[in-house]
Order: sequence, then C-alpha cells, then structure tokens
Amino acid sequence: MDSTAERCIDIIAKSKSVPVEDITLDKTFDELKIDSLDKINISFLVEEEFNIEIPDEALGTIRTVGDMVNGVDKLREAKEPSSTA
Amino acid sequence: MNRVVVTGLGCVTPIGSTVDAFRESLFSGNTGIAPFTTLPGAPDSLPANLGLRFTHIAQVPDFDPKQLLESSVIAATDRTAQFGILAARQAAQYSALSRHHAPDQTAVILGCSTGGRTTDETSVANLYTRDARVHPLSVVRTMSNGGAALISIEHHIAGPVLTLSTACASATHAIGLAFHMVRSGMITAAIAGGHEAPLTFGFLRAWDSMRVVSASGCRPFSADRDGMTLGEGAAMLTLETLDSALSRNAPIFAELVGFGMTADAHHITQPAPEGAAAAMRKALQDGSISHADVGYINAHGTGTQANDSTEAAAIHQVFGQRAAHIPVSSTKSLHGHSIGATGALEALATVLALHHGKLPATAGVTDVDPTLNLDVITGAARDTTAEVALSNSLAFGGLNAVLAFRRY
Repeated sequence: MDSTAERCIDIIAKSKSVPVEDITLDKTFDELKIDSLDKINISFLVEEEFNIEIPDEALGTIRTVGDMVNGVDKLREAKEPSSTA
Repeated sequence: MNRVVVTGLGCVTPIGSTVDAFRESLFSGNTGIAPFTTLPGAPDSLPANLGLRFTHIAQVPDFDPKQLLESSVIAATDRTAQFGILAARQAAQYSALSRHHAPDQTAVILGCSTGGRTTDETSVANLYTRDARVHPLSVVRTMSNGGAALISIEHHIAGPVLTLSTACASATHAIGLAFHMVRSGMITAAIAGGHEAPLTFGFLRAWDSMRVVSASGCRPFSADRDGMTLGEGAAMLTLETLDSALSRNAPIFAELVGFGMTADAHHITQPAPEGAAAAMRKALQDGSISHADVGYINAHGTGTQANDSTEAAAIHQVFGQRAAHIPVSSTKSLHGHSIGATGALEALATVLALHHGKLPATAGVTDVDPTLNLDVITGAARDTTAEVALSNSLAFGGLNAVLAFRRY
C-alpha cells in the first residue's frame, strides 16, 4: 500500500488537477493555490481515504502538505496504533 | 420604459456547448437524443436492467468540468450549477457585460427546478446504504441557487440574484422577470436563463413511473407521439437596455418585447388550454404585438399526447383562423426536455431563428397529427422573414410562461 504521503498527494493532485510531481511535502497550501473551498474538499477526501475525523481545531493549523501528512499519521496512529507502520 | 435587447448568448447543451455548435445542430436537425450507457453520479457501468421503459435521453456529451472550471468551484458545485456557470461565462463574454454595467445595476435571474440532484442522490444513497460521510459542501452543491450565486461572484454582479423554480417553465419565468426588471429601469442589464442536470437514476425512475417518457425518443406533434425525452444543460441570454447596447455598439441578436404568465388553476399535471392561451395573449399585449406579426412559435411541445393537443388548442384559441398557418416547431426533439432549463434553450433557439432568418424543424416526425391542425415544421429548417416569435413553456402545476421576441 502507498504511504500516507503518497495517498495525500494523490488526493491533492486529483482535486487540483495538477501532476503529482508538482506536489511536495514542503509546499504550502497557498503555493498550491488551495483556497478555503479546496481545503474543505481535500479534508473530506482525506477523511474518507483514511477513515479518520480531522478535528476542527486541526484544520486551521494545516499550512503545508507535510502538516497534513503528519496530522493524518497521528490520527491513524491514535485510532490503530500499528496502522502507520 | 426601456426597450430591451439580447446582446449575449451562451449554452451547454446536448446539441452543442458553444452557441455556434448549438446553432449548427439546431438548423441541420442533429439531435442530441440517444441511447445512454452511463449517468452522472452512477458507477461506471450501470446495471444491465435499470427497470426503465425507455432507452433514450439527451445528455451533454463529454462534459469534463476540470477542463473548464477552477477546483474550488468544482468542489462547491453540482453538475447543474457547472452547466450554468459555463453558459453564463459565454453570455457575459459575448457582451462584455461587466465592463459596461454597474454591479448593483446588473442581475442574475435563473430557473432551476431540481437543484443539485446528482450530489443529493449520490450522497443520500451512500448515507442510507453504508452510513457514509456526507460531503461538507453538500448543502451548497444541492441548493438550487448555487449557480446564480457563483455567476454573481465570478462576474461581480451585485444587484438582484435569484433562482426561480416553476418546474418546466422556470427559465422562461426567469427570462421574463429579468426582462421586466430591465424594461422598468430597476436594473440596466441581466444574465437570464436556466440550468438543470436531472438525469440521475432515481429521477429517471420517477419520470418513468409517470409513464410520460417516450420509449425511443420524443416526436412532438407527431401522430404516433408517445411521450417526452429527458435532457439536461443550460442556456443564458444577456439582456440590457437598447440604449446601452447602442451606445457601445454591442451585438444585438433580437429584441425581447413581451412576457406573459398565467396559471391554469386546474390540475397538477393535466394542462388546460385556457391557461396557456391566456399566457400567449398576455405576452402579445405586453409587447403591443399584432397577431399578424407572429411568424413562429417555438412550442413547449413535449411530445406527450396531453401537452401537444392542449398547446395546439391554445394556439387556436389565440390566433383563430391564422393558427393553422403559423409555423410551429418543438426543438425538444433535438435537445430533449431539460426541465427548469428547457425554456432557456428554447429562448436561445427562438432568438437564433429570428437573427438568422431560419426556423428549426421538429426532428423525428414523419406524420404530423392532422387533428392538431398546425403548420408543424418537419424535415429541414425553413427560411423566414418572421417579425415576432413566441417561446412557450407550460409547466406541471399548470404554470404557463410565454416570451415574445422581435427581430432586430
């Protein structure tokens, strides 16, 4: 199975209709032109993909792709301790 | 009162997603009605047996919003609003609308009857069958006025922005209301029309249950007609005052001169000719139009027994002995019946007919029902010098709306 990062990047690429190669962990959402509606949509798709629930307060702190990937890993780990291994 | 003209056109339809393509299909009789294999929102391959009595619908072919719209707009919209936004973009560009009218003097008045059905049906099906999450933008995707709101945002239109829902007359009511608003001076310009994306499995089954859908494609006014064909799409007209159009040398496709609306106050599905006749009379009175000037009627013409015979009776009530000599066609035989949008597609067809001096034919008809006693255009498009054309919409609920356009 692909890593959390690969799966998150794939979701962002499809949502924004941009090549996967254009998305790296250090890219900010601003740089990727992810606006508030994009963010809501991508967060939903990520929740669906990993069967997690992103807390409201966490949504506001996500600034980069890497932030999202780390947050997802933490939520997965909290839910199923071995899921990110 | 201001004279009101049409200075911009736009469409996304089963017979063309540019006005040029729509016009070409309209006058050459290329129908968008065809057997279907997929439906929006449904899995890639539909079950072999859909339990439908019909096989044909009119879909917008190869529609890919990702090629045309920003990701954030796609995230917030259903297919219905996407059609509307793209059609409005064409109509606004045609007329360079936002450069010439103050934001608060411009309106977006649209018709949409069924809202974001693809979103609604898909998410509700998932909710009931697997307790799935509901997308956080479902509310804005499903609201009927989503299209109008996003059009106002894109073009910075800050005057009246609203969406009417009067079933199959929605867009005609919308264009008529926008016309009266510009004519009265309340606003100086409007984008008016309609959008609809009703071709979902559940909705097709609902129509099938009413037993009003043709098994193989609608044949309006035909002796062997057996029902309507459902379609989808959007069409938009830019309306503005004649003075503003002339002052900036805008293209003028036609003048909108009259609008009439009535209710049968009779029956939720069975039409009555008196209501439709009254709406036509009111449109003629509204535009101070002589009966003799009417040289074309773009009929509601669904292809059902009830509609076509009632509409023919209404035309006879209004025009008397002239009725049998006024060319009539139903362009639903080409683009299907797109519910709340269909009046806009037909208004567009009517404007193009006057502008190009050519009346579109009713496709698929070989033998016109002689009992209707109408001059139904069949075969090829017919040249015309008609001064005035009517576009009729007769909706479930007994709601009637009629637009009168004059050649400019």
